[in-house]
Amino acid sequence: MTALEHVLRRAAPQVLGVLVRRYGDFAAAEDAVQEALILAAAHWARDGVPDHPHAWLIRTATRKLVDEHRATAARHRREAAVALEPPPAPVPDTDDTLRLLVLCCHPVLTPASAVALTLRAVGGLTTAEIAAAFLVPEPTMAQRISRAKARVAAAGARFELPEPAERGRRVQAVLRVLYVMFTEAHTSSGGAGLQRVDLAREAIRLTRLLHAALPGDPEVAGLLALQLLTDARRAARTGPHGALVPLEEQDRSLWDRAAIAEGLSLVVAARRAGVVGEYQLQAAVAAVHAAAPTAADTDWAQIRTLYELLERLTDNPVVTLNRAVAVARTEGPAAGLALLDEIAPVLAGHHRLDAVRAHLLEEAGRPTEAARHYAAAAARALNLPEREYLTKRAARARSAT
Amino acid sequence: MPRYLILTKHDAALDVPPMDQWDPADVQAHLDCLRALNDELARRGELVEMNALSGPELAKIVTADGSGPPVVTDGPFPEAKEVLAGYQLVDVESEERALEIAAAVSAAPGPGGVPLRQRIEVRQVMFTFAPDL
Repeated sequence: MTALEHVLRRAAPQVLGVLVRRYGDFAAAEDAVQEALILAAAHWARDGVPDHPHAWLIRTATRKLVDEHRATAARHRREAAVALEPPPAPVPDTDDTLRLLVLCCHPVLTPASAVALTLRAVGGLTTAEIAAAFLVPEPTMAQRISRAKARVAAAGARFELPEPAERGRRVQAVLRVLYVMFTEAHTSSGGAGLQRVDLAREAIRLTRLLHAALPGDPEVAGLLALQLLTDARRAARTGPHGALVPLEEQDRSLWDRAAIAEGLSLVVAARRAGVVGEYQLQAAVAAVHAAAPTAADTDWAQIRTLYELLERLTDNPVVTLNRAVAVARTEGPAAGLALLDEIAPVLAGHHRLDAVRAHLLEEAGRPTEAARHYAAAAARALNLPEREYLTKRAARARSAT
Repeated sequence: MPRYLILTKHDAALDVPPMDQWDPADVQAHLDCLRALNDELARRGELVEMNALSGPELAKIVTADGSGPPVVTDGPFPEAKEVLAGYQLVDVESEERALEIAAAVSAAPGPGGVPLRQRIEVRQVMFTFAPDL
């Protein structure tokens, strides 16, 4: 990203926030801001960034909004006149960012739609960039975003913070969307074009904005920490040709120490708040891995405790699957396998159940069964690097028999 | 330039065990060969897209008469002798070039480095509808 794009992208949600707060019409404001950003990209590249970029963008976007109102119908005339008010001082408003996020992550939207709308409205990405990130044609993504906007409008959503009683649930919805955006980056089913937007970085940037708006919320801090600690391992996670490298085999010298340091300090700070949540606990697990100089140094007893706490909060069987790994590391593979038997009925057909079972069988010195379960996991994998990894593990286990 | 769909199928008639039963080095050699081929097609400006499909174990067959609820059958489908594994859509100068690419896919190494000789289906595309075209 160039310095100019960086400035524009940072400014976009603040400018949009100002316009939506003043004029109420989210969809029209969003279009106007996009047009202003395009103009800014052209003008600023030629003449340099103006002294007050926010004011410039707000002025230009307001003018675009007015033009649009004038062009549409006479009944908009009065609103257009109102829109001619001089723009306010360009004070970055974290509350506006929060309002925007809450609006874009409205519960009436599916996570996929909310992710797209958030990237566009809060992230300041163009529709073309978002389309490329999700490997769909631009008109398809444009439709998805405009349908999302229409749904939010039809739900009667307003550009204001929900009542305090409702606020926790809505922030939770925002976190969920940012979590989905981040995990999409790791599990996406596509090849990497050079133009592809880095969804993980975008998710981290947006979670940072949310953290700036709600610095005291331990779950927001937890999600930011989880993202930083996971993303820190990025360079070590893939080998030649994008092959998957599992955590225990990663070259830890490739981990991003700065991101880890920031993630760890967020985990510590969030813990002081005294409220324990799902993202915090997942971040705490990532922190234990990050703190281990080698895979053998991992404090599996602590990870096991964290997964026990997480199980109480979520009743998600995948958490139990993760706990089974920690149990196997602390008590041996047989104990881990016994725990897998307990959750097998709930997770039947889930490829990760087979993958974990295969790992533990291999450690228990049962390569024939391990190979069978690796093959079963590969058959149901939905991600090519993962399928190739599991196929190779199956082949390796079989050749060890 | 004409476009061709180059279809790779898992062929039960081919007397080769599934890949998870190969020597690990042979698996790697096979994957490396196909990856190098796709990279080369991309470099030559011939690759429009490549899609690898998830396994037949996850496949579903849907039949509906438009009024009642559809009948959905889970895979795998043992009666299927050939299962589509993936395809490349290429934009090439000629049919000869499409056949050459298919030949390269077919000759990808299998167990012991012996070419697999998979039967690769080559079909010319005659109409495209995509929202961005």
